Amino acid sequence: MNDCILLAHGSGGRLSHELIEQVFAPAFHNPLLARMDDSAVLPTLPPGARPALTTDAYVVQPLFFPGGDIGRLAVCGTVNDLAMLGAQPLALSAAFVLEEGLPLPDLQRIVASMAKAAAEAGVPIATGDTKVVEHGQADGCFITTAGIGAIPAGVDLSGANARPGDAVLLSGTLGDHGLAIMSQREGLRFEAPLASDVAPLNGLVRQMLEATPRIHTLRDPTRGGLATTLNEIAAQSGVEIVLEESAVPIRPAVQGLAELLGLDPLYVANEGKLIAIVPEPDAGAVLAAMRAHPLGQDAAIIGRVQAGRSGRVSLHTVLGAHRILDMLSGELLPRIC
Amino acid sequence: MKYVDEFRDPAPAQALLARIGRAARRPIRLMEFCGTHTHAIFHHGLRQLLPPQVTLLSGPGCPVCVTAAGDLDRAISLAGLPGVTLATFGDMMRVPGSHGSLQAARAGGADVRVIYSSLDALDLARRNPERTVILLGVGFETTTPTVAAALVQAATEGLTNFRVYALHKLTPPATAAILQAGEVALDGILAPGHVSTIIGADAWQFVPRQFGLPVTVAGFEPLDILQAIADLVEQHEAGRAAVHNLYPRVVRPGGNPTALALMARVFTPAVADWRGLGEVPASGLVLAEEFRRFDAWPLLVEHGLDRIQAREPASCRCGDVLRGAVAPPQCPLFGRVCTPERPIGPCMVSSEGSCAAYYRYADAVPERKDS
Repeated sequence: MNDCILLAHGSGGRLSHELIEQVFAPAFHNPLLARMDDSAVLPTLPPGARPALTTDAYVVQPLFFPGGDIGRLAVCGTVNDLAMLGAQPLALSAAFVLEEGLPLPDLQRIVASMAKAAAEAGVPIATGDTKVVEHGQADGCFITTAGIGAIPAGVDLSGANARPGDAVLLSGTLGDHGLAIMSQREGLRFEAPLASDVAPLNGLVRQMLEATPRIHTLRDPTRGGLATTLNEIAAQSGVEIVLEESAVPIRPAVQGLAELLGLDPLYVANEGKLIAIVPEPDAGAVLAAMRAHPLGQDAAIIGRVQAGRSGRVSLHTVLGAHRILDMLSGELLPRIC
Repeated sequence: MKYVDEFRDPAPAQALLARIGRAARRPIRLMEFCGTHTHAIFHHGLRQLLPPQVTLLSGPGCPVCVTAAGDLDRAISLAGLPGVTLATFGDMMRVPGSHGSLQAARAGGADVRVIYSSLDALDLARRNPERTVILLGVGFETTTPTVAAALVQAATEGLTNFRVYALHKLTPPATAAILQAGEVALDGILAPGHVSTIIGADAWQFVPRQFGLPVTVAGFEPLDILQAIADLVEQHEAGRAAVHNLYPRVVRPGGNPTALALMARVFTPAVADWRGLGEVPASGLVLAEEFRRFDAWPLLVEHGLDRIQAREPASCRCGDVLRGAVAPPQCPLFGRVCTPERPIGPCMVSSEGSCAAYYRYADAVPERKDS
């Protein structure tokens, strides 16, 4: 096989088959994919369960970053979108847009990483597609994944379910993913001990739902960070959310780099964290369940839902003042001085 | 976190607030020159915590905001020239010019790169010898030495495809211009910490000498700012006017001599056009003779772009905001047509702009009674 991707790899001919047989099939190997038909056939849902469907496109530069790569991101992001509805993933699809000239070892590394992440989440990659575009028409590799999951009977999660009096929980430290990516971007060679937190959260969610099915809302604070995600929830539920600044966990290396760049970790992307909004009486049990899971060790109660002004998120600062946490506007860009 | 948490400790903050409350027997109006101070003040909610006698006014200390509309339009035009790669700090990307922004120019096919250090622009030039890489030199004394260092390096390497569009500005002349105009009544100046690291605390001696006002150099953490405010209030009450350096962990009386020497070698002071202040003599920096071959200006002349007529956005009061003459909510556009999503003026764009700070945080003010 050639050592880089050629246009012919996307032609549907012999090279396409070679790519499937030598790269994708062995890495993703599972009974659903092995049939190699035009669609994967999924098992019937458990009684009372409802199917959930989600899709997401992944573009990231660099393709490989500390703590992960685009492949791991593409699997975890979609698994997490399902998990935020309480769904356990049943199957994923993966569509690749590859740029002519992408080194084959890079693709193999991405695919291996997807297989590993899918195994962690316990979900098969059941179907897929590959297209190749001319050099310069894509940035190495774009991946779109879709996922189908099953929401167990009795679980009803939504961003519209937050109620006054609820507790706001966060599963761990903020900003790790966004700053790990930024630290690798062209021209920003910080040697900070940063790594992306990208991880599948369905196991953590299962453990939380076992503690109580009465969780109102789960959301993963990806692009726009915690502040933007909480604004969405506050607007959807028609409530105010008040955070305690001192309770929000942030790693010192992340805080340090963010200070340097003039960024606020509350607005930086995460790929392995979730926000849970739960009735106050259940908060202790959910927090204990989160902390018992490896991905929730640093979980904390960070705030409360109030009747207040609908759609508003505010922060009670360490010094005793209040400030508004607005949505992120525009791209996060470092300041001049 | 070391060197951060210590300066955000609530107990000493309460003590400083009590000290300010005791000292401020009459109203006092202070200007924080620096946009990073403005944002720190809002970010930590300090305005809510200060006694009502103390009024803080935001000054022109946002390099993006004070860039004149014409200069910005010329920078955007440069980005559109064939064979040109424009390297800029991120803050400039979204600032609206008369017709679009650098961000819009990039979307339209211009090669605009966000850099994090001036040396990244040099790297771009080395790796793309077929392109002319122009560094958009926007910033105060904090950023300028790094651009000077890049130019010295470019000269050493003999790079021929690297240029700088020098829009650098100096802070003391702008402060003098505001005080000279007398439009805004002030009782003291909170001097910028980062800038003073370069120019030194002594660079502010002209303020007490010429204008009889106290100056305190401050860092950017809540305790730094509160301590500086306490000092200014006490100087004001005692009728004193001196320069006090309360940021000695980084600021020396004479500043950073290496950086100053580098700036003096590479740049020459010149008149500069400031949004809000207009032309201020000797408040900008252009390339010195030895480095003139790196100047992007001749490219503008060559393409007839040097005479661009800029159109200021109608009713935008950024200029007045930058002088401290009005507070952002007094602008008719503020929060209505001008928002961080669809900014009309630069003060709403930059992370150091006063309008952005007011818009983002000012909603918290009604909470004052609760806290």
